[in-house]
Amino acid sequence: MRLSLKVWRQSNKDAAGGFEEYKLDHVSPDMSFLEMFDVLNEQLVVEGKEPVSFDHDCREGICGACSMYINGRPHGPLRGVTTCQLHMRSFNDGDTIVVEPWRAQAFPVIKDLVVDRDAFDRVISAGGFVSVNTGNAQDANALPIAKEAADDAFAAAACIGCGACVAACKNASAMLFVSAKISQLALLPQGQAERSIRAEKMVAQMDAEGFGACTNTGACSAECPKEISLENIARMNREYIGAKFSSSAV
Amino acid sequence: MSWFSQTLTSSIGKKLLMALTGLFLISFLVVHATINAMIFYNDGGETFSHWGHFMGTNPIIRTLEIGLVIGFIIHIADGLLLWKNNRDARPVKYAVNNAAANSTWYSRSMGLLGTLLLIFLVVHTSQFWIPNRSNQFATGEELNLYQMMLETFQNPVIVLVYVLGCISLFWHLLHGFKSAFQSLGLNHVKYNGLISFVGTAFSIIVPILFALMPISIYLGWVK
Repeated sequence: MRLSLKVWRQSNKDAAGGFEEYKLDHVSPDMSFLEMFDVLNEQLVVEGKEPVSFDHDCREGICGACSMYINGRPHGPLRGVTTCQLHMRSFNDGDTIVVEPWRAQAFPVIKDLVVDRDAFDRVISAGGFVSVNTGNAQDANALPIAKEAADDAFAAAACIGCGACVAACKNASAMLFVSAKISQLALLPQGQAERSIRAEKMVAQMDAEGFGACTNTGACSAECPKEISLENIARMNREYIGAKFSSSAV
Repeated sequence: MSWFSQTLTSSIGKKLLMALTGLFLISFLVVHATINAMIFYNDGGETFSHWGHFMGTNPIIRTLEIGLVIGFIIHIADGLLLWKNNRDARPVKYAVNNAAANSTWYSRSMGLLGTLLLIFLVVHTSQFWIPNRSNQFATGEELNLYQMMLETFQNPVIVLVYVLGCISLFWHLLHGFKSAFQSLGLNHVKYNGLISFVGTAFSIIVPILFALMPISIYLGWVK
């Protein structure tokens, strides 16, 4: 396959960026999108140019590191996949592919296609955990959990924190991510102790980071590589409003 | 900041306010459409004027009307505030954005549709509600709203403006009705289908009913 790539290049956080155009002549349809970028970078290194910086880690669709806004969609044209699981057979010979970084106030570009997603870590630090006293692990059957609750919690916990929801949302809202993290703990008995303070603190941190508010367009869920449901956002709204009006934290 | 104002100024709190005022305004649309539909009795405005007089003079309705004005102001101000916050959340736009692949255009255009509705609201209230209430304050007498409707809707341009207002209302409601329930956290597998059905039906029926009023008068169906 022969491809033209228009890639966002930006040397650092404060530099003004712009698109650079590259031609690739021998792209295999069986390559992943990231492998295609590896080939591009090898070509750039041979030419004595700076390779394109991009985030990647596991390359098997479970870590959430890879990002890239491809032809106007996070993680490219397929549903339910990360960029590393997107293969060049999803494109046609002769295509021009435009690749941009995630765009959000809360996700500043560090270099080229790499954005700083620390804002997500700070939201988790604010309350996305359970505090457990040390001691012997208790018997697993001591805490009965309904199958439905376990399934819903597991589905929410499938969130890999890639930020595609923020990237896709017209408001750069992080509500799908935050709601998945709140939900996975709110649905399980282990999460009950800090349930209301968790919702309050995580939402406050989310707002402080400069993410937008949800307008229920559903773009986040449609683009989520783990297909996290919008039900989680409704649950977060209930958790937050309920906590605000009933918790003892003034 | 107190916990209460903290709640209402948070991102979720602002959505809560949008949803609550939105549903309140929806309930107003039901009343407004029902009373105005009395013109279709085609009895020279007798039934319409009877109910119009009730709405314009009943002390409970007049008190609720203050709530309605406040509801409009909160919905508009909060909407503009959200629009600004949401814009600020993405200072650098995408060069290529294929939003149509993941969401409907009208769900992404609530600010635009709301602004069109606001313009319509200014035109509409300055033709009927404002002159009528100012006259009531000045003289204690109500204006003949039915006669005013017959006269106003002889102008095809005004009829067109009203029809366009109703079209904006249709798209705004089509997203807004369902969206309000989601913002309130009311998303449940047993009721989602019902909310969606009622929302879509409401968004179609109410704007058509409203649009039929100027059209019927213009075409002489209602005299």
